[in-house]
Amino acid sequence: MLSKTVAELATALATKDVSSVELTQAYLDRIAKLNPTLNAYVTITPELALTQAAAADALRAAGKATPLTGIPIAHKDIFCTRDVLTACGSRMLANFISPYDACVVERLQAAGAVMLGKTNMDEFAMGSSNETSHFGPVHNPWDQARVPGGSSGGSAAAVAADLCAMATGTDTGGSIRQPASFCGITGLKPTYGRVSRWGMIAFASSLDQAGPLTKSAEDAALILNVIAGADARDSTCLDIPAEDFTAQLNQPLTGLRIGLPREHFSGGLSGKVQEILQLAIKKLESLGATFKDIDLPNNHLSVPAYYVIAPAEASANLSRFDGARFGYRCENPANLEDMYKRSRGEGFGDEVKRRIMVGTYALSAGYYDAYYKKAQKIRRLIKDDFDTAFKDVDLILGPTSPHTAFKLGEKNSDPVTMYLEDIYTIAVNLAGLPGMSLPAGMLDGLPIGMQLVGPALSESRLLNVAHQFQLHTDWHTQRPEV
Amino acid sequence: MALDNTDVEKIAHLARLQISASDTLEVAQRITNILDMIDQMQGVDTSQVAPMAHPFDASQRLRPDVVTETDQRDYLQKIAPATQDGLYLVPKVIE
Repeated sequence: MLSKTVAELATALATKDVSSVELTQAYLDRIAKLNPTLNAYVTITPELALTQAAAADALRAAGKATPLTGIPIAHKDIFCTRDVLTACGSRMLANFISPYDACVVERLQAAGAVMLGKTNMDEFAMGSSNETSHFGPVHNPWDQARVPGGSSGGSAAAVAADLCAMATGTDTGGSIRQPASFCGITGLKPTYGRVSRWGMIAFASSLDQAGPLTKSAEDAALILNVIAGADARDSTCLDIPAEDFTAQLNQPLTGLRIGLPREHFSGGLSGKVQEILQLAIKKLESLGATFKDIDLPNNHLSVPAYYVIAPAEASANLSRFDGARFGYRCENPANLEDMYKRSRGEGFGDEVKRRIMVGTYALSAGYYDAYYKKAQKIRRLIKDDFDTAFKDVDLILGPTSPHTAFKLGEKNSDPVTMYLEDIYTIAVNLAGLPGMSLPAGMLDGLPIGMQLVGPALSESRLLNVAHQFQLHTDWHTQRPEV
Repeated sequence: MALDNTDVEKIAHLARLQISASDTLEVAQRITNILDMIDQMQGVDTSQVAPMAHPFDASQRLRPDVVTETDQRDYLQKIAPATQDGLYLVPKVIE
């Protein structure tokens, strides 16, 4: 039962095969058993979950159920949850009981989803392996010596290990897609502005976007239906009409043109990952899609530009953590400046401090043009590459990550090595486009993710292609033995 | 661009971050490595390119200037490190 998709569970709840209370208790039992090893959750909320589940069962009995009513969900600990600890992977917020709910949390709750708890993550979403978390790393359910990816690593591991039916995540440079790839699940980063950022602790505001981590593309569509849409409290949230993202799922792929970026199939890509992607391409061809090679000539500049823009925005966003109004405050500050410096110095981990300093440097007098303005110009070149590509093709397909999940500790000695992990995902955030990762095969017992990228607001099409692929393959149904 | 200890101390001060003296050298080296990677941008001619601040070049949406929030001071201050009479307490600023 616990490995079922949201769509399957919705049917089981509707036909009264199971109640939400029973389902929630079953997930809570599994969490109690497996979380001590996986460390996917940092906060578990059993009482709240069972109260919400009972309310969901009552709603259903009253004939007021939606597709997500009574379905257990895990929220990345970057989303504010009223009266529940929201630590964002940081010592800085290890005592932060949020006074309000994020828009995403609010909407899922209104749809009747049941919150099981909050998932582990890289500190302030800065990382690609979950190893920067103040609460210790998450272990990949497929091989506990390996990372789950990051920064939404706890959410991805929880979905893969059946510790929830679905989870939320955020993606600033690949933080939904890369962990989805490493854990063998489906992850969707919507178009920038599709989903409100209100109540989502800000990392880089021109790049951050919330999205679902799920067991199928159909489930991702069901969640996006609930969380997408205008929100007056986030001025960057797009003011566009609601859409039913499940409507196009069953459309045939005949005539679909997919581009294969040469830059994504060369260089650091593992040969075996390449072979497995070729099989996925053949499968999509058999379903009616046609393929052609395309170029994204500035892709190699995406990591450099990102590591100016994201830290610059982070240095501004994280200035709010000053020890004055909430969060960590150092012991016995000598004066105001000492309070700021020690609260921040002790409250933030090394990677966060590094990025704040890179951002501060890039924005400081005399360096602004050489770094920040230059990076913004490169950002446009990267976006122009996509615009050009989408004149010839409907979607772009490639690897999500250069390889399968790496070992804990393998890449965290040098920050730049870790940064290059996101070479295929970062450009998508810089251009504000929707992208998703879905399981495309296995290599030595570890999942491999395939990335699909579309033009702005093409989520329905991406989900359609992913759903059709999943109807004809079973990679997404494989589960680790934990 | 290689950063030295003085640069790191200056940046850490601007960012109001305490970095211990024993860590300064390592921080300088790691940030230097990051800046070396970032410097790949410098070889690209962008003289004819307009900077892009927002994925869709959109501008900030404005809302009507009306009061929408209610007073939640006591509730919001429950999580503050130190308060008194509705004010946040910090170390003495003026002697």
